[in-house]
Amino acid sequence: MFGDYSLSDLGAIFAMQGFAGLILFSVYVLMALGLAIIFGQMGVINMAHGEFMILGAYVTWMTSSAFQQYLPSLFPGYFFIAMSLAFIASGALGMLVEWALIRHLYKRPLDTLLATWGLSLILQQAYRSVFGAREVGVELPEWMMGSKQVTDTIEVPINGIFVMGLTVLITLAVAYILVFSRWGKQVRAVVQNRVMAGAVGINTEKVDRYTFGLGCGIAGVAGSAFTMIGSTGPTAGQLYIVDTFLVVVFGGAASLVGTIASAFTISQAQSTMEFFLSGSMAKVLTLLAIVAILMMRPQGLFALKVRK
Amino acid sequence: MIINSRFFNRSELIGFLALALLLFVILPLSLDIFRLNLVAKYLTYAFVGIGLVLCWGYGGILSLGQGVFFGLGGYCMAMYLKLEASSVENTKIQSTPGIPDFMDWNQLTQLPFFWKPFHSFPITLIAIILVPGIFAFIIGAAMFKRRVGGVYFAIITQAIAAIMTILIVGQQGYTGGINGITDLRTLHGWDIRTDHAKFILYFVEVVLLFACIVAAQFIRLTKLGRILVAMREQEDRVRFSGYSVANFKIFAFCAAAIFAAIGGAMFTLEVGFMSPSFVGIVPSIEMVIYTAVGGRMSIFGAVWGSLLVNFAKTSLSESFPQLWLFGLGALFIAVVLAFPNGLSGIWQDHVQPRIDRLLAARKSKPGNGFSVADGAPAE
Amino acid sequence: MLIGHQPKDFLLAVSGLTVSFDGFKAVNDLSFYVEDNEIRVIIGPNGAGKTTVLDLICGKTKTTSGSIQFRGQELTRLRENEIVQAGVGRKFQTPSVFEDLTVFENLEISFPRGRTVFGSLTFQRDAAVKQRVEEVAEMIFLKDRLDTYADQLSHGQKQWLEIGMLLIQDPDLLMLDEPVAGMSVSERAKTAELLNRIIKGRSVLVIEHDMKFVEDIAHKVTVLHQGQILSEGTMEHVKNDPKVIEVYLGH
Repeated sequence: MFGDYSLSDLGAIFAMQGFAGLILFSVYVLMALGLAIIFGQMGVINMAHGEFMILGAYVTWMTSSAFQQYLPSLFPGYFFIAMSLAFIASGALGMLVEWALIRHLYKRPLDTLLATWGLSLILQQAYRSVFGAREVGVELPEWMMGSKQVTDTIEVPINGIFVMGLTVLITLAVAYILVFSRWGKQVRAVVQNRVMAGAVGINTEKVDRYTFGLGCGIAGVAGSAFTMIGSTGPTAGQLYIVDTFLVVVFGGAASLVGTIASAFTISQAQSTMEFFLSGSMAKVLTLLAIVAILMMRPQGLFALKVRK
Repeated sequence: MIINSRFFNRSELIGFLALALLLFVILPLSLDIFRLNLVAKYLTYAFVGIGLVLCWGYGGILSLGQGVFFGLGGYCMAMYLKLEASSVENTKIQSTPGIPDFMDWNQLTQLPFFWKPFHSFPITLIAIILVPGIFAFIIGAAMFKRRVGGVYFAIITQAIAAIMTILIVGQQGYTGGINGITDLRTLHGWDIRTDHAKFILYFVEVVLLFACIVAAQFIRLTKLGRILVAMREQEDRVRFSGYSVANFKIFAFCAAAIFAAIGGAMFTLEVGFMSPSFVGIVPSIEMVIYTAVGGRMSIFGAVWGSLLVNFAKTSLSESFPQLWLFGLGALFIAVVLAFPNGLSGIWQDHVQPRIDRLLAARKSKPGNGFSVADGAPAE
Repeated sequence: MLIGHQPKDFLLAVSGLTVSFDGFKAVNDLSFYVEDNEIRVIIGPNGAGKTTVLDLICGKTKTTSGSIQFRGQELTRLRENEIVQAGVGRKFQTPSVFEDLTVFENLEISFPRGRTVFGSLTFQRDAAVKQRVEEVAEMIFLKDRLDTYADQLSHGQKQWLEIGMLLIQDPDLLMLDEPVAGMSVSERAKTAELLNRIIKGRSVLVIEHDMKFVEDIAHKVTVLHQGQILSEGTMEHVKNDPKVIEVYLGH
């Protein structure tokens, strides 16, 4: 399949597709980060994660429309506001869901899977009722449009670079919170021994609720980023959920580094293959490769060997 | 082969007879052929449900990819029917006569090699069982030998369902793409589109369904059934009792796949086409909910669940399409939160004891409702 | 079948056994030998690697290096169920019985016949099975509870049931992990009596903290400390070993 291209062409293709893959990578990382926190730390399978992302996307769309209409002078900066609102909206919904549904299902991961699938159906239908079945697109402010010419053949879109930078920042922040903050330590304590954590005075219910909220909030931010590369519709989230779960599982559920590495591998593989094959075959091959590797190494790429 | 105790205990026997009465007598007598055909369509999911009861309810292995096996069975049948419908005579206006129409539209000039065996009806029947069975064996062996289970297994089977759909949609020259394989007419020269044929096919399906119920009940009552239950709760203890846990999981998964495939093949016959919309993630997880609503531990529950949920789906989505998704979503949540054993659980906990009490009062003798006395020592 | 590269025909020969978890050596170059019909007790402070040793023998944990020979068969290369079939039975520390099955069914599953998929499909509850199950049920004080679901048993009864499940397997080597832990005084006495009866005619490897119990049954005691053998010999010998006293009382 490489035969028709010269070497420098190939280099440019790989670089361009690489950058295209980086935006996909950003969405994957942000989605997977939230899922990895919820699954890795709490053992909950959140099938409605895509819908939390789409909530963030809708919030971003509403904010951008509102700015266009009422505050056109501030429009260039709307994205930062939108992103914060998306985080808050998805996070709040996440905490509500944790309280109403998830907390009854700890230790029953297969049941969380089914229940959150039901939740995702309800959310999809709710979006359809509120926002309509038609997909909506967000208008980008001027400074994010266009692309930067790196060499003669390679150019990278500015919004892509922006989203990438954002992803890196959020990832670092999450890692910092989980590893160093007092709250992060409480989360890990609850994960390792719920009873003992309760006994030393950690409010485990509160920790659970905020952890779930954080995971969903990050999904909301992922939704903000998503508006830049795709249009938002009621069922757009569902398309990502299986991929994202594979990212999390492939990376080794409990490892943040693994999640990032696996998001990178998968998005790059898919994006590079997409240039040479049809989109659907690229996806089939990527998924098949992941499933095959998982069969050989079920614990994922990064996992610790411990005595159970 | 002798089974130690009675094949059905009393309440199971009542369930069996009630279902037989409903499916063999009441429904055929009371419904017109259009409605009866709808029931037949719903019942194809009961095959999947019975498999899921064994695999998920008993063995604790949740597969979110049963649509794949349903689809494989259905496609095998559809390929045979399509070839029969694509005789040279029927397709003489095509640029390549004698191959299915969608292949012609996609500039194929030759029947792909994997289509060729489906000229033969016996080979088709064997393929309906073997193709999904072998596929399930490969997946099962790869995963269970390496101790992949629980949610990981669920997610991977879901990914396989996704792969399968994308593949079928993407390779439309070989598979008919998103529309699937349509315009099926005859089975071995017998027109399956007539009302009379639909009536007969309904009974064929119900007979097959009861055969599967009996087979599943047989498996449940053997020691293998008890090992599945044992495995679900204490996998290590089973292993350290000298059993290869992986082999038993593979068996349960393969059995579930074969049941699903039979359902899929019947679906093609009843509905007259097969398409990727019955293969992917969404239909697969819906099949799980039919089983969950009926009761994941009850073979009869799976049949009732398939009938009732699909009936609700048809009637609700005809009149209130928005309500249906809310309802289905709520059903998922309710069945997990409030009724983990589904309808059969409600029946056993609330209805059965009352019936027992009534019967006991009438006989003025203490009732012996549950025959757990299997293998009890002689007093 | 004698392979004969050991000085003596031991039932179980563990040599150079090592396992490390992320660099931490839970068991470190451990060697010991168990003879036919020997009752061996392993004692040692918490974290000494006692349970890990049993895990390694029965295949629950994979060894990093070293060898475990059972009747001349290398166990480290076998799967768990093959190790059981070779004649090694294992009781876990916390009772692990099948709570959704009856006592009878629990015992029946452990009956050593029909252990393949096909075998279990055609398995029949014939007179031999019933007789053996009842025999064992009588030994473990559960004869009149055969139809009880195991989740309704008390903690002690579950422990007995698990012992019964091992008994019905009729292993040549029986491994028990703290069989009397968590039991009431009367249950303890009954269990000691039960164990004394079932250890006849086979080799037993026991982990136990109850010193009186150890003294009663042990032929030989192995003291583990930090994954290595600290002392080995008769109870008398071990009790007077200054190294053992140091570890148990020194800190």
